[in-house]
This record gives sequence, C-alpha cells and structure tokens, in this order.
Amino acid sequence: MMKMKKLFGLAAMLVVMALVVAGCGGGQTPASTDKKEDAPKEGTGEKLKVAYIYVGPVGDAGWTYAHDQGRQYLEKELPNIETSFVESVPETPADAERVLTDLVNKGNKVIFATSFGYMDSVLKVAKKYPDVIFLHCSGYKTDKNVGTYFGRMYQPRFLSGMAAGKQTKSNTIGFVAAMPIPEVVWGINSFTLGVKSVNPTAKVKVVWTNTWYDPAKEKDAAKSLLDAGADVIAMHQDTPGPMQAAEEKGAFSVGYNTDMRQFAPKAVLTGPVWNWGPYYVNTVKAVIDGTWKSEQYFGSMADGIIDLAPYGDMVSEDVRKLVDEKKQAILDGKFEVFAGPIKDQSGAVKVPEGKTMTDEEVLNMMWFVEGVDGSIPKK
Amino acid sequence: MDQGIIIAILATAVTAGTPILYAALGEIITERSGTLNLGVEGMMLVGAVSGFMAAYVSGNPWLGFGAAMAAGGAVSLIHAFLTITLRANQVVCGLALTIFGTGFSSYIGKPFVGIPLKETFKPVEIPFLSDIPVIGPIFFNHDPLVYISYLLIILLAFLIYRTRWGLNLRAVGENPAAADSAGISVSITRYQSVFIGGMLAGAGGAYLSLAYAPSWLENMTAGRGWIAVALVIFAMWDPYKALLGSYIFGGVEALGFRLQTMNVTISPFFLKMLPYILTIVVLIIVTRETKTRKVGAPAALGQPYHREDR
Repeated sequence: MMKMKKLFGLAAMLVVMALVVAGCGGGQTPASTDKKEDAPKEGTGEKLKVAYIYVGPVGDAGWTYAHDQGRQYLEKELPNIETSFVESVPETPADAERVLTDLVNKGNKVIFATSFGYMDSVLKVAKKYPDVIFLHCSGYKTDKNVGTYFGRMYQPRFLSGMAAGKQTKSNTIGFVAAMPIPEVVWGINSFTLGVKSVNPTAKVKVVWTNTWYDPAKEKDAAKSLLDAGADVIAMHQDTPGPMQAAEEKGAFSVGYNTDMRQFAPKAVLTGPVWNWGPYYVNTVKAVIDGTWKSEQYFGSMADGIIDLAPYGDMVSEDVRKLVDEKKQAILDGKFEVFAGPIKDQSGAVKVPEGKTMTDEEVLNMMWFVEGVDGSIPKK
Repeated sequence: MDQGIIIAILATAVTAGTPILYAALGEIITERSGTLNLGVEGMMLVGAVSGFMAAYVSGNPWLGFGAAMAAGGAVSLIHAFLTITLRANQVVCGLALTIFGTGFSSYIGKPFVGIPLKETFKPVEIPFLSDIPVIGPIFFNHDPLVYISYLLIILLAFLIYRTRWGLNLRAVGENPAAADSAGISVSITRYQSVFIGGMLAGAGGAYLSLAYAPSWLENMTAGRGWIAVALVIFAMWDPYKALLGSYIFGGVEALGFRLQTMNVTISPFFLKMLPYILTIVVLIIVTRETKTRKVGAPAALGQPYHREDR
C-alpha cells in the first residue's frame, strides 16, 4: 500500500514537472526568435499576422460574434494577412496578459483586444513590445503603439427608438440594461430620445440585471417589464434572452449587437448592430502602408462601423420611411442625436438649445434624459 | 401592489425556482446516503448542454430531457467512483467535478452556442386546476417540467420516508457501519443515491436550456448549482421544505426586477446574497436544534466508509 502511494506521488510530481517545463518552453523560445526578426515589417512578402482576443465565445450571437464577423471580413478583403483569435479570455490581468504575451510571441504584429476590461493589460504588454500595434475596443487609454476604437452606437439606437416608439400601444417601452456604466446609460438615453421624437407621451422603463451574460436572468427581467405593462422590449445585453420573453408574450422587441430576428421572428422590429469589418480593413491597411498612428477612433454610421439591422415584417412602410429618412440625415451629418435642448429626468435643461454634447460629455454620461422611468444605481 | 402583480411574481418564482428545485432534490437524495457532492453546478451544466444538443438534433425536447438526465447521471458516477470506491475526499472531488463540468460543457457545446431551439417546452394549462383563482395561474399554468417536479417531490418523499429503500438510504447516511452489519450494501446504496442526484441535477440544467431560456450558452447556470447546495441545508434534507425554499430563492430574483419596475431600488447585490443569508440563518437554527432534537444533517455526511476502520 505504501509503495503504491509513493509511486503515485512520484508520478504526480513528474507530470507537474513536465507541465512546468513545457509551459516555460512554449513561452520563451519564440520570444527570443521574435526579437531577431522584428526589424522588417513590410515588403518582405511575408504575411502580416493579426490576432484577436475575445471576451466571450464566437458563437454568443452578440458582441463577440460581431467582432468575429469583422475578423472574417478582414481576412477576405486583405489577402496578404493571416488572422487568429483566442476566445473566452477572462478580463482578469493574469489571463489577459498571458494571452496577449503569447500572441506577441507567436509573431502577431497587430492585436485587437475587444473588451473594455483588457485595458490595463493591453497597456502593460504594449510597453514591453513596442514593435507590435495594439488596438483596444471601448477603452480610453492610449500609448505610442496602442490605439482605441469604438462606435457611436447612439445613432442607430436613436433610430431603433423611433421604430419602438411607433410600435408601442401601451406607451410603455421596457429596457433591459446590463451595467450602470456610461456606455449603457447613453445607449438608453439615445434610445429614449428616439422614442420621444415620434411619440412624446411614451416612457422607457429601465431594469438593471447587473450581468452581461445570463440568458435566464435577462429573460426574467424582460418578463417583469412585460408584467409592468411594456409592449416593446429593448435591451443592452449580450444574449437574446429578452427577445425570447417578448416573443412568448406576443410583444415586440429591439435587438442589439447582431441581427436577432432568428431568435424571435415575430417580435424583433430591428436593432442597432455592429459592423466591425470596414474598420478592421482600414486599420490593418494603414499598418501595412506604414501610415498608422495611435488615435482614439470613435466611428459613426457614415463610417459603416455601426448600422441598423433589417426591419422585421411587422414594421409598416410608413415607419420604415420615417426611420430611413432620419438615417439619411445622420449619414449626411445633418442630424445630431445629442443636440439640445435635452432635459434630464427632473425636467431641468442639461443641454441648451443650439448646443451639442461633446464626445467627452457623451462618454461620461451618467444621468437619464426626460422620459426614462428608472434610476441609475449608485455604487 | 395589486393582485395581478403579486400573482405574476409568484408565478415567476415557481419557474425561476424549478431548476434549483430539481438539483436540490437530487442533492437531498445524494446527501441522505452520507455522500456530499459539490459538483451540482458542473452536473447541471453538462445536463443543460447534453439536453440542448439532443433536443436540437432530434427535434424533440423530451428526448433532450432524457439525455440531460443520463448525462448528469454519468458525470455523477465519476464522483461516485472516486469517493465511494476510492474513498477520496468528497469536498475536493465535488469541487473538481464542478470545474470539470463547466469546462467540459463549454467544450462540447461550442458548435451549439447561440442557436435557437425549434421545439421547446411550452406552458400547458391544466384543465380545471388552472381555473382556480390565484392558485391556478401561480401553479398550474407552466410547462410540463414544472408539473413533473411537483410529482417528483411526492415520489421522493414517499421513497425516503415510506419504503425499505429509503430506510436503507437513511441508515447508510446516519450510521454506515450499523447498516453494513445489518446486511445493507453501503457502496451500492451510495452509488444509487449519487446517480439519482446526478440525474436530477442534469434535469435541472435541462430545464434552463430547454424551457426557461431555450438556448445553450456557456456557463448558463450562473451559480444556480451552488444555490441548490445551499438549499439542501435550508430544507434540512426534506423534499417538501426544498419546494418551499426553491420558490423563496427563485422569488427573490423575480421580486428584485418587479421592485425595480415599481421604482423601488434595492441593491441587486443585496438580493443576490439573500438566499445565502437565509441559509446561514437556517444553519444556525438547525445547529442549535440538533442539540435538543434529532434534526439536521445525516450523521455520516462527508465521511467515506471504510469497513476495516470500524
């Protein structure tokens, strides 16, 4: 018996040691070769390697799926590059830094980090590898070789709000919101402004789930809004749970991230969607041409990075025409979503007539506009 | 609050509590035999993904439900083998099972993430019973899996308290040595109870992926397995109290969103911790009660049985 135990212990130790050795080997050998070949960047005929790290699985039907569509578009458009991705990478520094370093060691020259939580890890790793270009989605910190990118999602959100405002009969629209952060708050505000522009008596009821990713909980939150009299459900979540709740109750819904009609064909009116492909192509092209500079990119509908999903069958011709006209105005730069006068929930004028909120103000927005029924939880 | 909203909250409490109820009932059977299985979360996830895959491929949710139970049971046998046959530490094995189940379900479920299921469990009104005011809409206007859980409670309570098998089960959980000398096979009884526990945890997972939010997404149980483990203590190892507890735990979540729609703000973090606070309170009471009366955990819970150690 004792002998067996000793043997087991020995075997376990050997396995652990083998793993440690393998781990070190995998991490360090490519790093040293990398340093030698970092000089020639373009024109050698070698394929440029581009990598992505994703916070969720590529099949989440939402956020990460949209990024991966962009990656595939990039690979199709630019033949002389090679792309790869690592999915479901936690936002903890230990994991994010390990994956980022690993991608650098594999010879990637451009790395897209597609979630807010990777921000500090990206900056830390970028300092160590100045010859690699990092692009961080939705963050606000840059460096010589770190740029950020995001989209003015409030434009299509406003348009989807118009469709919802026209569809509602009860004049109560529910909004399932994930986290009380500016991105979600300005999403709700722009949606509400869209609703009010066509239906001044309607209000938007907000429920917070405090999760990005829990289909059962998100669905339950949508149900509670439907019970409270809402007949259209909008959302800022990563799963189609709220859409399913609306479909079951015979209500309508507004999707997010991707075209969500397949999940609730009778419910989804339309929805704001991401279209990362053109941005990825332009950025990688700039890197190849040597014209890339670190910047904070905040793309608009005119750039094609964001759009409105195709309408569901229940959206009438009149509404389509109305929304399409507004869309054209946004594309032509004739209409600004956050142009005054805008009042907050108490009725006080926050943005006076003739003024438009700056990007800085939008990105730090932590108050609700008039017409939102709900409050932002304090920390 | 008018009556309609209260009924809606209670009806949601029933559906939100059902996945926890299945898993907790399974864990009650498992723990009654003296085996602690902390792998509920993992078994639920494997059940959820297998159920979804089977239902997607076959187009029949009932086949999915069956597959989920089989898969949950299969995973639990790993635990049974490690803790009953090899007498490994039950806590460590259970935790490992949860980690394994989380990873394994993500791995095999990859191609199925984010696709809608065509045939799902839909609410069915039970004639007559659903017409009873208040009670009808709360309890008898759900999908078939909810009704099965009602029957399951009665069945399990009967098994535990009224049959020879249940007596053996409890004997093994209280005093395996005595049970052994009375001619009851400790390991066979424990294998059976762990397997039943795994099947029911799988069923709880399938309720999420086939009825509650019909889709498969990584880690979709989101901690419900742990709530089920806490619920077993809350219920003091009794199926009927598990029914009450699971609806309270499910109702807490439903209530949170309804309060928000009425502009009453309670921190969601507070609501999230409420089930566990309730469990701690019950634990305190139970521990005090055990000194005076005979209630509480099976005496041999968590201890591997070694015939030679007697």
